[in-house]
Amino acid sequence: MRHIISLLMENEAGALSRVAGLFSSRGYNIESLTVAATEDPTLSRMTLVTAGSDDVIEQITKQLNKLIEVVKVVDLSDGNHIERELMLIKVRAIGNDREEIKRMADIFRGRIIDVTDRSYTIELTGTGAKLDAFIEAMEPSAILETVRTGASGIGRGERILKP
Amino acid sequence: MSTELTGAEITVRCLQKEGVDYVFGYPGGAVLYIYDELFKQDKVKHILVRHEQAALHAADGYARSGNKVGVALVTSGPGVTNAVTGIATAYMDSIPLVVISGQVPTPAIGLDAFQEVDTVGITRPCVKHNFLVKDVDELANTIKKAFYIASTGRPGPVLVDIPKDVSQQKAHFAYPEKISMRSYNPVTKGHSGQIKKAAQLILGARRPMIYTGGGVILSDAAAKLGDLVRTLGFPCTNTLMGLGGYPATDRQFVGMLGMHGTYEANMAMQHCDVLIAIGARFDDRVIGNPKHFYNEDRKIIHIDIDPSSISKRVKVDVPIVGSIPDVLEALLKLLKTGKDSPDHSALDAWWAQIDSWRARDCLKYDRASAIIKPQRVIETLYKVTKGAAFITSDVGQHQMWAAQFYKFDQPRRWINSGGLGTMGFGLPAAMGVQFANPKGTVACVTGEASIQMCIQELSTCKQYGLPLKIINLNNRYMGMVRQWQEFFHGNRYAESYMDALPNFVKLAESYGHVGMKIEQPGDVEGALKEAFKLKDRLVFMDFITDQTENVFPMVPGGKGLSEMILV
Ligand SMILES: Cc1ncc(C[n+]2csc(CCOP(=O)(O)OP(=O)(O)O)c2C)c(N)n1
Repeated sequence: MRHIISLLMENEAGALSRVAGLFSSRGYNIESLTVAATEDPTLSRMTLVTAGSDDVIEQITKQLNKLIEVVKVVDLSDGNHIERELMLIKVRAIGNDREEIKRMADIFRGRIIDVTDRSYTIELTGTGAKLDAFIEAMEPSAILETVRTGASGIGRGERILKP
Repeated sequence: MSTELTGAEITVRCLQKEGVDYVFGYPGGAVLYIYDELFKQDKVKHILVRHEQAALHAADGYARSGNKVGVALVTSGPGVTNAVTGIATAYMDSIPLVVISGQVPTPAIGLDAFQEVDTVGITRPCVKHNFLVKDVDELANTIKKAFYIASTGRPGPVLVDIPKDVSQQKAHFAYPEKISMRSYNPVTKGHSGQIKKAAQLILGARRPMIYTGGGVILSDAAAKLGDLVRTLGFPCTNTLMGLGGYPATDRQFVGMLGMHGTYEANMAMQHCDVLIAIGARFDDRVIGNPKHFYNEDRKIIHIDIDPSSISKRVKVDVPIVGSIPDVLEALLKLLKTGKDSPDHSALDAWWAQIDSWRARDCLKYDRASAIIKPQRVIETLYKVTKGAAFITSDVGQHQMWAAQFYKFDQPRRWINSGGLGTMGFGLPAAMGVQFANPKGTVACVTGEASIQMCIQELSTCKQYGLPLKIINLNNRYMGMVRQWQEFFHGNRYAESYMDALPNFVKLAESYGHVGMKIEQPGDVEGALKEAFKLKDRLVFMDFITDQTENVFPMVPGGKGLSEMILV
């Protein structure tokens, strides 16, 4: 099962490599990982997307908690939460396709952020599934490049992750 | 204004403040300022080993037997890489160490400088935590954190990497009395609801078993465990790491369990209906194949300080996270004040069953053999030292025989590398044990292959006058490897024969020690007595033992606990 795990950790050199090292040394998989400092610059917030049986996920959260620099860990998939991912996608856009691609970007609430006479770069946020759907909707040969951030997640309502 | 100190001075002052009496180390360019400061004082004594691996094992033996944080000091680059085996050994057995390593100066980091390695990167997977100190103002605080982290919660080695320029720079020195970290708050008290559930399960047990590991030793919970076992009248087994946690000479002790555990311990473990696991982790050498373990239905209570040890290999019913002495105390209180007690007739039947397993006499060997049997040497060692020695061991058959035949009645007397299985551990660990217990009798049980992995430490022993007794069970084979080859690889003894052995007697003598070679079974006891009479000398005892002897019982890899090979 896919899980989205959120963690707060000390914003210190090396903390990220401890998390990444843990996943590789224990053979857990990482689908995506995003990290940046929070409003409190001494803390970083990381969102990890992983997959595994309940036992494996239990071990992952325990092992993460065990890392000295990790302040808090929560499995967002345990409750209501929101996830968003950002994608930048560059597509070939010539002739009639230009109008068609623009319309598609609108439908997906994307924004065209860079234009040449042969291409568009579109910015799109949403769940991973939505970004996948957009890619599906594009003619494969038209896709020149995609960049995705991986998911960031936050609990709904009163579910708050604070130290 | 208080005067400022250099990073090197601060380092040594921190060690003094922590009450460190010995640092095991080896000098080199990146730690010269620190050595200079060690030289200028005499509170912290430095023990010069002959290889950094030995510095770590010595600090480790010191910590295991002395219940204090062990400290090692090594230089950058090769100093650190040599130390890694020792760090990983301590990590696998949760031993509290603080390792101080030199690093190239900060401006040189990342430039492939002379003797530069990414120490923090190399050691990350085998330390509880590590630090690279880039700012001398952070040094004292970091060392405080290192001692705090190493010794609390589930203990482990913590490394502090100090670049040479940081050891030269100056800062105001203030050693924090206390430290608190928002990201590190080890639990102590167990959940009272869970403890209640455990008590209920325990009282309802018909075939109970208490299984304890290194956690009982590390948390100094042996007395409380003894109280629990006796209060309940249950059988108790210890893991290789847990020996001494419960007195081995007591009737309720059923021996070590696991791959080379006793028949009765493994059978009771497999067939119990309520299992109380304390400071143990159900590892592969202990329960064998977890699928086979599940064949029998049982309820499991698991007490451990580390939540990640719980339900890792085996699902448990009542997890209790907390410090073992605290949890046992709470549990004992419940059991002693409650009016219920376990079902005595069920317990009697269970003991009758266990006694019938015991009658199998699984540790029997040929006592009339004309060749020295290794088991005989350990039994005699036990007799001659009256069971009161500190025993370190290396890794192999000799380790298992020591664990099976030396009856440890006290914790912190059996010192071995259980988790990593590091050959070369025994001799340097024994040095650390002797420093921690200057009046103690310390013996190292080893094999002719293992001892050669850190044999250079005979020189350290000479320098510091350590009167260790080395019990070399010399079977001219890497015995444990040969045993596996005999059982599982069609007797093809690939590279497990120890050829071109040194003359150990002369070798010991050349280091200034006493050497003895013992070839006849009839000479074993006399020789041991003679050796232990030499109170101030290291004696290297080379016992020429039966080449073909195997360790029994044995649970082959991948098999279940009750699928033992027996003699
Ligand atoms: C550093 C290291 N290398 C290899 C091994 C694998 N190994 C385990 S036991 C053993 C043989 C040990 O032989 P010896 O020390 O003579 O002890 P014996 O088994 O004969 O008692 C070996 C090679 C190990 N445990 N550690």
